[in-house]
Amino acid sequence: MADTRERRWRGIDRLDARSRPPRSLFVALLLASATLITLDYHGGTDSAMEPARRVVGEAFGPVESVTAGVVRPFTSVPAWLRSQGALGDEIRELEAENSALRNEVETAGFDRNRLEQYDGLTQAAQDLGQALVPARVVAFGPSQSFSNTVTIDAGSRAGIGPDMTVVNNDGLVGRVLRVTRSTATVLLVTDTESIVGGRIGSSMEIGFVHGRGSLADDGGLDLRLVDDAVVPAEHDTVVTWGSSGGPYQPGVPIGEVTEVYSSLLETSQRAVVRPFVDFSALDVVGVMVPTGTTSDRAVVEADGALR
Amino acid sequence: MTRFRAPIALVAVVVALVLQVSLFPHLAWQGVVPNLCLLVVVAAALTINAPSALLLGFAAGVALDLAPPADHVAGRWALALTVVAFLAVRVRQDVRPTAVAVVATVAAASFVGTSIFALTGLLLGDSWSVGELLRVVGIAVVWDVLLTPFVLPPLMRLFGRLDPRLAAA
Repeated sequence: MADTRERRWRGIDRLDARSRPPRSLFVALLLASATLITLDYHGGTDSAMEPARRVVGEAFGPVESVTAGVVRPFTSVPAWLRSQGALGDEIRELEAENSALRNEVETAGFDRNRLEQYDGLTQAAQDLGQALVPARVVAFGPSQSFSNTVTIDAGSRAGIGPDMTVVNNDGLVGRVLRVTRSTATVLLVTDTESIVGGRIGSSMEIGFVHGRGSLADDGGLDLRLVDDAVVPAEHDTVVTWGSSGGPYQPGVPIGEVTEVYSSLLETSQRAVVRPFVDFSALDVVGVMVPTGTTSDRAVVEADGALR
Repeated sequence: MTRFRAPIALVAVVVALVLQVSLFPHLAWQGVVPNLCLLVVVAAALTINAPSALLLGFAAGVALDLAPPADHVAGRWALALTVVAFLAVRVRQDVRPTAVAVVATVAAASFVGTSIFALTGLLLGDSWSVGELLRVVGIAVVWDVLLTPFVLPPLMRLFGRLDPRLAAA
């Protein structure tokens, strides 16, 4: 073993005399990278790199879906291995949380009435009628790329298009950036580039929810209210403010206010919002599509029926 | 096997990329995963000839930039991995790649590569604090060094076998 390795290293040394690092090629590749960066940076959303992204996405998407399908049984093993004691603890915790929540609902009649009004208004104002296309997350962008994006295994064939809202059963996940035939890339609300119009559930005040780029549970989102006279209360729920044409559908829960900062220098209040969605453990998500969309899979209609 | 060298190197990059986005996020530490593409590029730069290694670095970078779910400005990883390939080729000429030298090369390559990527982001207007960047770079280096003993030896053996001049030696 040591003998063969020794021989190979000697071979490399002989090779090296002929292959000095070619500076011209190195400079050419550096310039090529710089060109790519310039093209993509100045192009914005319709940059020259979008067709290339799409072609590479068409090739990689199915491979990522298959790989995620293969590793899924193994990644879910830790969940089965929880002991009965842990499950018992969880039930006690959930029961306690349940009674606390019931208590809250009974005492917060005022807020509840307002929320009901709000829900009624939105339903009357615009035929909500959103259907959900179910999908699974098959790939995560790494943190060392400094952006929080994921790939889901549903694309244009499933009726998904750019700017559609992505949710899971806890709340808002993000929006679709671009699609290929079988996959879509989703920008999570935790990304630093993500800005969502948010509304405080109890006071109806509007503001903007900024991502902070952290997937950790204590990461949170920043909420800046438009009206600086309003101080959001802790545990206030923040929902999307939304617009019919814009990327985010209205009324999707984002998270709850955990801390509030107000500074004299800044013109608006800043609050930290803890998202309802656990972004480090994303799996099944739903993409909100207009009702009646044709899709290659079963669609969950607004009334809960499968089609 | 010369004919298959380029396809096999590219297949290695594709496999590394898919594992990096689909398998390792389940084991991620604060969202940071081992940069397998960078490990493939370093392994190639330590074995195959220099021009091919540089081209492979660039190709792996472009793949990282364009394959979903990437959404950063394209060309940033291409720049970082080209520099990484160049540095690793230089290292190979200065020292014999012993086990310690390989690990040191990977650590340096990981630090330089991730830092270049982060710095281009700062130049293009990303709003990240330097402390946060250093934390991510540090975790990335630890991950890459941890995986080196499992990934580098088989890859270097594979690439070494693909080079006819090495096989004849």
